Amino acid sequence: MRKRRAIVYWTGSSIILLLLIVAPLVLPEFWRRFLTEILIWGLLAMSSDLLIGYTGMVSFGHSAFFGLGMYGAAAALVLVKPPSIWLAITCGLVAAAAVAAFVAYFSTRLRDIYFAITTLIFSQIFYVVIFTWTEVTGGEDGLTFSRPPLAIPGLFSIPFTSETLHWFVLAVVTLSYLVLRRITRSPFGMVLQSIRENEARTRAIGYSIERYKIVAVMLSGLFAGLAGVLYAVQNRFAAPDFVFFLVSGEVVIFNVIGGIGTLVGPIVGAAFFLLLREGLSRFFTEYYLIPVGLIFVAMVIFMPQGLLGFMRRWLNE
Amino acid sequence: MEIPFDQLLIQTINGIVTGMILALVASGLTLIFGIMDVVNFAHGELFMLGAYVGVIIFAATGDFWIALVVATFVIGLLGAVIYLTTLRPLLGRDPLTTILATFGISLVLQNYALWQFGPVARKIQEPFSGHFALFYLDYPWYRLVIALLSAAIIGALWLFLKFGTYGIWIRATTQDRVMAQAMGIPVPWVLTIVFAIGAAMAGASGVLFGPLVGVNHAMGLDWILKAFIVVVVGGMGNLAGSIAASIFISLLEAYASLWVSPAQAIIVSFVVLILTLLFRPTGLFVPTPK
Repeated sequence: MRKRRAIVYWTGSSIILLLLIVAPLVLPEFWRRFLTEILIWGLLAMSSDLLIGYTGMVSFGHSAFFGLGMYGAAAALVLVKPPSIWLAITCGLVAAAAVAAFVAYFSTRLRDIYFAITTLIFSQIFYVVIFTWTEVTGGEDGLTFSRPPLAIPGLFSIPFTSETLHWFVLAVVTLSYLVLRRITRSPFGMVLQSIRENEARTRAIGYSIERYKIVAVMLSGLFAGLAGVLYAVQNRFAAPDFVFFLVSGEVVIFNVIGGIGTLVGPIVGAAFFLLLREGLSRFFTEYYLIPVGLIFVAMVIFMPQGLLGFMRRWLNE
Repeated sequence: MEIPFDQLLIQTINGIVTGMILALVASGLTLIFGIMDVVNFAHGELFMLGAYVGVIIFAATGDFWIALVVATFVIGLLGAVIYLTTLRPLLGRDPLTTILATFGISLVLQNYALWQFGPVARKIQEPFSGHFALFYLDYPWYRLVIALLSAAIIGALWLFLKFGTYGIWIRATTQDRVMAQAMGIPVPWVLTIVFAIGAAMAGASGVLFGPLVGVNHAMGLDWILKAFIVVVVGGMGNLAGSIAASIFISLLEAYASLWVSPAQAIIVSFVVLILTLLFRPTGLFVPTPK
């Protein structure tokens, strides 16, 4: 039984992966870009699922990690000539990890709602710093830069087209999914899940909860930073808008819509949200958030497990 | 760097005035959290809609005080409707779901305001335009009236909670919901009324604050953030702590703006928050639990 499920899971995932690989060859330019964007937002949402779904901590501060990943990549791409994608990723990850360590150290002292509010306020701190420090960050205008080529030094170097960029993003997201899946099924991930189920009891067993929580926030921030780097590379700019807490709110929405604690759910949630936005903005122009907000509230009340909630147990097997 | 005494005094008064408005917003938030475990993310939007209702009523009647009273009632009513439609079904679930639901509501309300009223800021005329001389400044009396009115509203709330029959019901519900129900207190209605009161306070502060700045759809964002900081620094659910923290943080920001731009002055309150979290995570004005 269990083996058959595993076969279904792996064949299902392979088919979806195959479809995503073929997609840019058949889709028109607009939808190709759109699909890449869904994957990037999906990675961000997936990183936050590690906290929301597996550790039971709702983070309203993921925009800070995402934004710092973006600005870290921007720094590498603006300052270093010729621009290198690997250096951008490294810098983005270092920036995101530094911020995540800072946020984690303070916010993990608090639980539940307090954690949510504190992460929100911390992301706002970085927003204010980035917004007002015009000489370094470009302030409200942000930074623009050119896209680095996809290169391995000494081997090859090709400029990114929208197809290769899609495949690159897909590879990064798939790899991140596999790593996150491994993390959640590891002994470390089990401790996180037991913190979610019963924090006091986990502490009583003898686990140092604070340390686990800090590592969880940092890991989550690292993947969020990676998403930020990808977004910066795709759009060739970094802007303070992406550090604003409404982005974090959207990430939480992706999670709740898609189904928390499933890792793939948040990607589905991001796809659903972005498609909804695309569809609704034809009728409601920029006020699409009115129907989206109503749908979200209805889902919180009537469908708290989200779209993929019914598969949750199966996906985590 | 030397700061002249007169500037210091002006900033003190400014800080107390904004502190009192912030206290009014934050005490509504604290009231709702302390009594029903709901973090109202839409509080800033209720503040903003209060200001807009004030703008409309003021345009229709030309009287600021009518606008204030009507806006308070309308937002209170809106709060009751929001509670009954979205928060009552979540009763008994994880308090975190209330953050999500009210966040959804705040998106809806904010974009509704943008759609209905447009991006251009509106202005409410202040009810009287008298000034008094404060060193080299003509300081408007209205600002002081705001501070006094906020204090009066908060004081009335405190008296109501302390001595009013319904206030006693509310406190009983806070202490033990099941027992209160057993004693015949209609707990579901008490919760609805509490949410309505909190919302009404946000609405009232919106109208009071309207004349100082333009009324626009995004004004709630700043306030909800500040109110959250205050509520964490003051100790969540602690009314007196929130008020003290409001004034404390507003004063600090006012003094900080002597040196840096107001946009950067908010960093001071972030620092206060971080220090509070480090040393007194239960709140700055709460006795350390033994």
